[in-house]
Amino acid sequence: MIELNAQTIAFAILSVLVLGGGLGVVTTRNLVHGALWLVLSLLGVAGYFVLLSAPFLAAVQVLVYIGAIAILIVFAVMLTRSMTSLGEVRNRQWWLSAITVILLFLLLAVGIILPVWGRGAPGEVTSLSATVGGAVELGEALVAGDGFVLPFEVASILLTAAMIGAIVVARDEEDEGA
Amino acid sequence: MIPLWMYLLVAALLFCIGIYGVLARRNAVAILMSVELMLNAVNINLVAFWRYLAPQDMSGQAFAAFVFVIAAAEAAVGLAILLFVYRTKRSVIVEDVNLLRW
Amino acid sequence: MTSCVDFINTLSPCLVRAGWNADLANLLSLLLGVVIVATVPLLTVILLIWIERKFAARIQDRIGPNRVGPYGLLQSLADALKMLTKEDITPSGADRILFNLAPIITFATVVLIWAIVPFTPLHIGADLSIGILYFVAVGSIGAVKVMIGGWSSNNKYALLGAFRTIALIVSYEVPMILALLVPVLMAGSMGMQDLTRAQGGMWFIVMSPLAAIIFFVANLAETGRSPFDLLEAESELIAGYNIEYSGFKFGMFMAGEFMHVFTVAVLTAVLFLGGWWGPFVDQVPALGFIWLGLKTAVVYLFMLLIRNTVPRFRIDQVMNINWKFMVPLSIVLILLQSFLLRLIDALGLRPAPELANDLLANLPQTLVLLAGNLVLGAIFMHLLQRHGRTLREADEALAVVKGEAAPAGGMAEA
Repeated sequence: MIELNAQTIAFAILSVLVLGGGLGVVTTRNLVHGALWLVLSLLGVAGYFVLLSAPFLAAVQVLVYIGAIAILIVFAVMLTRSMTSLGEVRNRQWWLSAITVILLFLLLAVGIILPVWGRGAPGEVTSLSATVGGAVELGEALVAGDGFVLPFEVASILLTAAMIGAIVVARDEEDEGA
Repeated sequence: MIPLWMYLLVAALLFCIGIYGVLARRNAVAILMSVELMLNAVNINLVAFWRYLAPQDMSGQAFAAFVFVIAAAEAAVGLAILLFVYRTKRSVIVEDVNLLRW
Repeated sequence: MTSCVDFINTLSPCLVRAGWNADLANLLSLLLGVVIVATVPLLTVILLIWIERKFAARIQDRIGPNRVGPYGLLQSLADALKMLTKEDITPSGADRILFNLAPIITFATVVLIWAIVPFTPLHIGADLSIGILYFVAVGSIGAVKVMIGGWSSNNKYALLGAFRTIALIVSYEVPMILALLVPVLMAGSMGMQDLTRAQGGMWFIVMSPLAAIIFFVANLAETGRSPFDLLEAESELIAGYNIEYSGFKFGMFMAGEFMHVFTVAVLTAVLFLGGWWGPFVDQVPALGFIWLGLKTAVVYLFMLLIRNTVPRFRIDQVMNINWKFMVPLSIVLILLQSFLLRLIDALGLRPAPELANDLLANLPQTLVLLAGNLVLGAIFMHLLQRHGRTLREADEALAVVKGEAAPAGGMAEA
């Protein structure tokens, strides 16, 4: 089965972080705590990326998600004074959502495990290749003509548009005169 | 070696937690956070598939990088809209924002 | 010094031969390495506080600590002991777990950066292929710790201080990362050892002084030291986000801040002043440690000089100079630098690989890059000057209308 080594232990710890953080996000009443649970979960995902030998993505994950998005969310929580959301945390159909989600997960789990059920099933990857593309290859793929140069440019336009849009939407027009 | 299906299982669970958050939470900020969880679950899948099935082809990582971009844009615009809604409605509970409801 | 790393590298085979479990032996040797790397900054910080206080005292025409130990050297130890014995207060209504977590994160994020500092050609905690990005990522956790500390105190002043600090940290991260791209462009790698090795012929501060200045100033702001100490402006905010902390927890914040300043000095030395490069480092790699130490000391003392002689900025001035001056400058700088590097390749000015560490062979490309930087700097300084003059004239006109004397200064008023 699965042997116990540093990698498996790390995977177990990271899984606890990812899933525990996720559960914290959807259940906690205090939204600042929720944002910090989110940070924990995202850190776990960054750890996964390291395990999957994608250190560049791990660093970007920490930088973008924790350094920017989580901070943005905390700011929004404080600016909207919704730190502890008054009243119910969940809406009225929460049990319906829970049942749907559990059914969905069972479906997904069957879809994931069934193909690899039993040893040596076809399609199961038994050994990882040692040569892995790094940040250089990723960079070249992003700007290569037959790679992702068009999505890359579109992404930069999207970011610019999002930045301008966010500023325009969030600007307080009553304060403009000052 | 950790089999691929374990990554996929964790990602699926995280994705489902995210969906639950989107469906069941009332606070819009919490919903946005749940969306981030779902995006991350997708990212785990992308990178895991890349590592196990095509480690030389950088498509998996490139897609994950684009998901980062989408996530950043989504968070910025989403939270800006939230701030605007809060300013007009004094509330970020999604059920109170029912002006466009049919 | 070399025996030290040889010791760590040879420790685990030794232990395995002595009958240990291979994994356990590996873990032990790794742990030892981690402890050594983490202890260097912890020990230096005690000395640094003494240096800083003596330095500030001399500038302010005082003597400084001189009672405990020779020349007051043990003053920091005495202060640390005093901090330990103080009452540890947690304010009522504070979020207990987060309140206690913030100082630990503060400390951890700074120590974590030391994992990628290349002390000598052979000694580095972890030569990651993404070294610089790791530094930026760890640094960005700094905003989280400020938020946790400020919010969990349940104090409005602490929260306001945290807002200010985060606005500053997030803003100055932009020019800092952009400035970091310039050495990456020139070295063609993000690994810290590669970046240092690429400076064998010429330091990056000569090849791109603008990047060095932007990186240095942005980091000054990140550390929250004067002239960017509006985060703890006593007259406005009392003490910033860590106002509610006392005793040992405050000590951790303070030590973290001192260490952050020192870490920034080390990174500036590594990225722009050639790191461990120096005479005879080829023969005796351990000498690199001393060269790096000397360069760090120069940068550090320069930071102390700035801290003690430059007055504090206002928050609007800080934001203006960042978004309207440093960010555009760094973006143009990257464009210019990549263009110049292409030009150098096209003209064949880049030294041959075997001459990469030769000063004379590096001279042509250095001159091209330096000239480009100087021209760009001159243009931006001219724009800044003109902008300042416009503002001043507007101020004076306003003052004439109001019938007052013209107010002094006011660099950027939006």
